[in-house]
Amino acid sequence: MIFEVFRQEKKGQPFTHAGSVVAPDAAFADAWAREQYGRRGESEALWLVPRDAVHQVTEWADEFDLKYRRVDGYSIKERLRVARERASQKGAHA
Amino acid sequence: MDARTQEFLAYVQDGGQVEATDRLPDEYRQKLVKFIEMHGNSELMGVLPEREWILRAPTLQRKLALTAKVQDEVGHAQLIYRVAEDLGKPRDAMLADLISGKAKFHNVFHYPTKTWGDVGVIAWLVDAAAIISQKALLKCSYAPYARIMKKICWEESFHILHGRDVILAMVTGTDMQRELVQEAIDRWWGPLMQFHGNPIPRDEDPMYMWRIKSQGNEEARQQFLEGYVPQIRELGLTVPDPNLRRGDDGVWAYSEPDWDELRSVVTGHGPRSQERLAFRARFLEQEKWVRDTVLAA
Repeated sequence: MIFEVFRQEKKGQPFTHAGSVVAPDAAFADAWAREQYGRRGESEALWLVPRDAVHQVTEWADEFDLKYRRVDGYSIKERLRVARERASQKGAHA
Repeated sequence: MDARTQEFLAYVQDGGQVEATDRLPDEYRQKLVKFIEMHGNSELMGVLPEREWILRAPTLQRKLALTAKVQDEVGHAQLIYRVAEDLGKPRDAMLADLISGKAKFHNVFHYPTKTWGDVGVIAWLVDAAAIISQKALLKCSYAPYARIMKKICWEESFHILHGRDVILAMVTGTDMQRELVQEAIDRWWGPLMQFHGNPIPRDEDPMYMWRIKSQGNEEARQQFLEGYVPQIRELGLTVPDPNLRRGDDGVWAYSEPDWDELRSVVTGHGPRSQERLAFRARFLEQEKWVRDTVLAA
């Protein structure tokens, strides 16, 4: 069985994928992973996940243009230039 | 090259990284396996020259440090073989190809370790040369390989310090100790200069083309010279190359490394190649029951 190893470097930090180990069961995987990813006290905790248990999502539907929810959905440069121009013209008239 | 492969190539050349579950062009996969397998073999074979000195280490502290280093390197082999296995080559096939001489391992691990000075030079300078290549792999286009390289580089930095400490103890010791270091550098310099490979322009290097490596061979060698020649010289040690000098442009000139020696050594004709492969073969056979027991559990 292949177990994916995720390690947390310090308390409060996210678990990040570090590698994998091959072992017949969780007890062996535990021993392997301790040796390979925690021997020098470099990990706060490990998550060992059987590879088959990982449900992967990589396909993303993109039917709608949802850019308005992101910063790159807004280009204010041109509008700002016009707004500044108008404001300065108003000032000149006053 | 079909359009999809073309697109893949452009993606990795632009700094893109891929995962094991992505569709990988066959040529890329083959190149990756070959490269990663040789790296794994080098870690596994690389402990043998040092292992010979565990029982002869001068102090308990050094014995423990050397044992820890050997354990680290075997651990690196485990991590690296794991990545290659995921790409489709089973571990027993890799070990069989190693033993039969079909697969290669790095030139520096085919040489004898004659004195304790060699142990210092290996941990300091051979590991330094290796870490330059390995740091460049942190940007490898194959992400699972790049990720394990973080841990490997982190551990290698201990090894270099351990090696430097061994060297410093010797150069601040007796004349005889100092001579052992100099004599070891004199012997290791040739293999060290061959280590990063022939100066093929990086754009003609397929490993660079697929961004498995992120730098060319000569760039790596220059980085090694720039970083370590000053460190060797500041200890009053000399580098056995009369043509070695740093140009005004910061580029190091050096005598042409012996490429015939490199070719001959990595194809199994080094002074210790056959002896070390025989050792590895013997232990693989001897420890078969452990693998069988664990995998049957």
